[in-house]
Amino acid sequence: MLKLKIRMSKYYLNYLDELESEAIYVLREVWAQFENPVILFSGGKDSIVVTHLAKKAFYPAKIPFALMHVDTGHNFPETIKFRDDLIESLGVQLIVGSVQESIDQGRVAEEKGKSATRNALQITTLLDAIETNKVDCAIGGGRRDEEKARAKERFFSHRDDFGQWDPKNQRPELWNLFNGKQFEGEHFRAFPISNWTEMDIWNYINRENIEIPSLYFAHEREVVRRSGSWIPYSEFLQLEENEEVLTKKIRFRTLGDITITGGIESDADTVEKIAQEVSAMRQTERGNRSDDKRSETAMEDRKRQGYF
Amino acid sequence: MRIAYCLKPKIMQIDNNQLLRFTTAGSVDDGKSTLIGRLLYDSKSIFEDQLEAIETTSKKKGHQGVDLALFTDGLRDEREQGITIDVAYRYFTTPKRKFIIADTPGHIQYTRNMITGASTANAAIILVDARHGVIEQTKRHAFIASLLQIPHIIVCINKMDLVDFREEDYNKIIAQFEEFSSKLLVRDVRFIPISALLGDNVVKRSENMNWYQGSPLLDTLETMHISSDINKVDGRFPVQTVLRPQSEEHRDYRGYAGRISSGIFRKGDEITVMPSGFTSKIKSIDTFEEELDEAYAPMSVSITLEDDIDISRGDMIVRTKNKPESSQDLEVMLCWLNNESAKPRTKYVVRHTSNEQMAMIKEVIYKIDINTLSRKNDDKELHMNDISKVKIRTTKPLMYDSYRENRMTGSLILIDPATNQTVAAGMIV
Ligand SMILES: Nc1nc2c(ncn2[C@@H]2O[C@H](COP(=O)(O)OP(=O)(O)O)[C@@H](O)[C@H]2O)c(=O)[nH]1
Ligand SMILES: [Mg+2]
Repeated sequence: MLKLKIRMSKYYLNYLDELESEAIYVLREVWAQFENPVILFSGGKDSIVVTHLAKKAFYPAKIPFALMHVDTGHNFPETIKFRDDLIESLGVQLIVGSVQESIDQGRVAEEKGKSATRNALQITTLLDAIETNKVDCAIGGGRRDEEKARAKERFFSHRDDFGQWDPKNQRPELWNLFNGKQFEGEHFRAFPISNWTEMDIWNYINRENIEIPSLYFAHEREVVRRSGSWIPYSEFLQLEENEEVLTKKIRFRTLGDITITGGIESDADTVEKIAQEVSAMRQTERGNRSDDKRSETAMEDRKRQGYF
Repeated sequence: MRIAYCLKPKIMQIDNNQLLRFTTAGSVDDGKSTLIGRLLYDSKSIFEDQLEAIETTSKKKGHQGVDLALFTDGLRDEREQGITIDVAYRYFTTPKRKFIIADTPGHIQYTRNMITGASTANAAIILVDARHGVIEQTKRHAFIASLLQIPHIIVCINKMDLVDFREEDYNKIIAQFEEFSSKLLVRDVRFIPISALLGDNVVKRSENMNWYQGSPLLDTLETMHISSDINKVDGRFPVQTVLRPQSEEHRDYRGYAGRISSGIFRKGDEITVMPSGFTSKIKSIDTFEEELDEAYAPMSVSITLEDDIDISRGDMIVRTKNKPESSQDLEVMLCWLNNESAKPRTKYVVRHTSNEQMAMIKEVIYKIDINTLSRKNDDKELHMNDISKVKIRTTKPLMYDSYRENRMTGSLILIDPATNQTVAAGMIV
C-alpha cells in the first residue's frame, strides 16, 4: 500500500514499475504483431520473470502463447520439475525441442573431450523447433547488461531465413515503435526485459514474491573445481585425473546446462539475501559459465548463428 | 584495483528511485567511451571479470594502464577497428537513480544512431574537446537534441587537463555554444568542465578547478528534475490489444490493453474513442494486482468502458474534453535512416502509436544542411542521414499531437513494404 501512495502523490513510477510497464508493453506488442509467438523458457530466473510479466500483461486472460523449452538432456532435475509445475499452474502449452533427438537424427554431432558440452548444439535444435512449430517470434529473457554483444540487441530483433542475427544491419528502433514485419521463413526474437540488470531481476523477484527453482538458493551439493568455479557433479561429467568430488554449500547465479553451469560458494538462502549478495558481487553472472569463457567474442559468435 | 566509491544501492532504498535515460554525443575521439567507462568504473558498475578482459586487451594493444573506452566498445568489428558502430546500451545504478545510457557512435551513420538513442532519452550529454571548442559536429548534435526534444542537455567540456584546467577556455566555449543554441529550441542547458580520463568532475568534484561552482556530472544526473519530462496534461491511450478472457470467472470481460502515452485517466472519466468518435465512461482501470482509481503515463493497464463499443488495436481512447488533432495531411520533420534513398510517390507503411496504415511523401518542403543548419530548397532527394521537412498524406486520418507537445503521439516511423526495413523517423510539426 505504501508503494501505491508514493505513486499516486507524485505521478511518476519508480524504476522497477517503469521497467515492468515497459516489459508488459513489449509483450502485448508481440502478441499484436505476430501470429504465433512463444516464450523461450529455460527454467532460469530471467525466463521465469518474463513468464510472470506475461501473466500480468494479459490478465485476466491466460498467457495467450506456448512456452518452448530447448532440452539439452543435461538438465538439473529441479529445473524440469519446476517447469512442469509452472506449466500446469498457468494452463499453457509446453513445446519441447530435444537436443538428444537432434543428435539421434544426425542433425548435430556430440562434442568430444573433457570440456564437451551440448551448448552449441542447442542452436540447431532451437532453430528446428522454431521452424517445425511455425513460430514467428521467440520471446527471450536476454538482458543487455549480461554480455557486451547483447548490449546492442533491439527489443524486436530480426533473424534471417537461416535464423541468423546480423548485428551490423539491425533495424533502427525509435521511441516505442517496433517493426516486426517479416518475410516467409524469417523470424523475430523479442526481449521484453532488455533494460533490466541482474540486480533489477532480484529486486523484482523479491518484491513480487516470484517462485524460483531451489538451485538459486544456497544448498549442499557434490561439486568439482574447474576453471575457477564449482561445477556440479553429475553422470554427464567426465572427471580428470587430478579432479576430486567435494561437498560444498553453493548456489547458482544462472542456470544452464548442468555440465557447464558453475556455482558459487554462498550462504544466501532467501531472495533477500541473494539480492544483497548480488549487490556486493564483483563478478558478472556469466563469469561462471564456461561457454562464455571460450573466447572474448564467444557470445557474439553464437548469437550471430541463432543462439538465444 | 582501486575502486573509488561504493555506490551500490542497498536493496531496501530503491522504492522511490526513478529511471533516467541519457545519450552521449560527441565527435570521434572527444572521449565519449572514456567518459562512460569512467562513470561505470567510479560508480562501481564494472565487474572484475570485465575489468580483467579490458586489462588484457589494453596490454595487447600496448596501452598504458586500463583503456576504459574498451568497456563500451562491444562488438568484434568495433574492437578490431577501435570504433563504435551502433547504439549500445549500458546500465548503472546509484543510491539515487537507475541509469540507462544509449551509447551512440560518432562517425558516418551518426545522425541515424544519435536519433535512435535520443528518441527515448531524458537527457543528452554533448561532449566538446576543450582544445577545439564548439565545432560543426557540436552544432549538429545540439540541433538533433533539440529536434528530438530531449528535455535536458548537459554540455561537458572534456579534456580540461589538456588546457591546464583554465577557466577562460571553459567560459569561451560556453559563449560559443550559447551564441548558436539561442536559435534552437532547448529548454534546459547546463555546462560542466571535466576530464573523463582523470575523473575530474565526473563522479568526484575536481580539485583542479576550484573556480567551478556547479555540481559534478553524476550529481547533476542524479538530481535533475525529470518527473515533468512526460506530458501529464493530455490523456492519450492507444489501444494495443483487446483482452477477452472468455473464462468462467470473467465471461463478459472486455479490456483495452495499452500503455498510457500521456496524461492521467480516472475511473468515471468521460472518454472518446478515436477515430470512431463514440463516447463512454471509464468503468475500471485494471492491473494484475488491483483495480486503480487513476493511472498515468507510462503505466501499462487495461481499461474497461461502461458501454459496449467496437474498439480494436490502432484506436485511441482520449478524454472527451481534450482531443488530439486528426488529419490525413501532416507536416513532418523526417530523418531518413536507410541506405536506399526515398522513392518519390511510393507508398510506405506508417506506424504511429499502435496504429498502422499506408502513407505517401507528397512533397519535400526543404532539406536541412546539417553543417550550417540552413535550409536547402533546391535539393529534394532524401538520402541516409538527411533531415527534411516533408508533407505526408495517409490513407486514413491519424490522431496526433505535435511532437513538441507530445513525444509519444507526435512520433512516427516509415517502413518500406518492399524490404520491411524501417526507413525513416518522423516528428509531426
Ligand atoms: N588527456 C585526456 N585525454 C582524454 C580524455 N578523455 C578521453 N581522452 C582520450 O581521447 C582518446 C579518445 O577517447 P574515446 O573515449 O575513445 O573517444 P570517443 O571516440 O568519443 O569514444 C583516447 O585516447 C582517450 O584516452 C581526457 O579527459 N583527457
Ligand atoms: Mg567510442
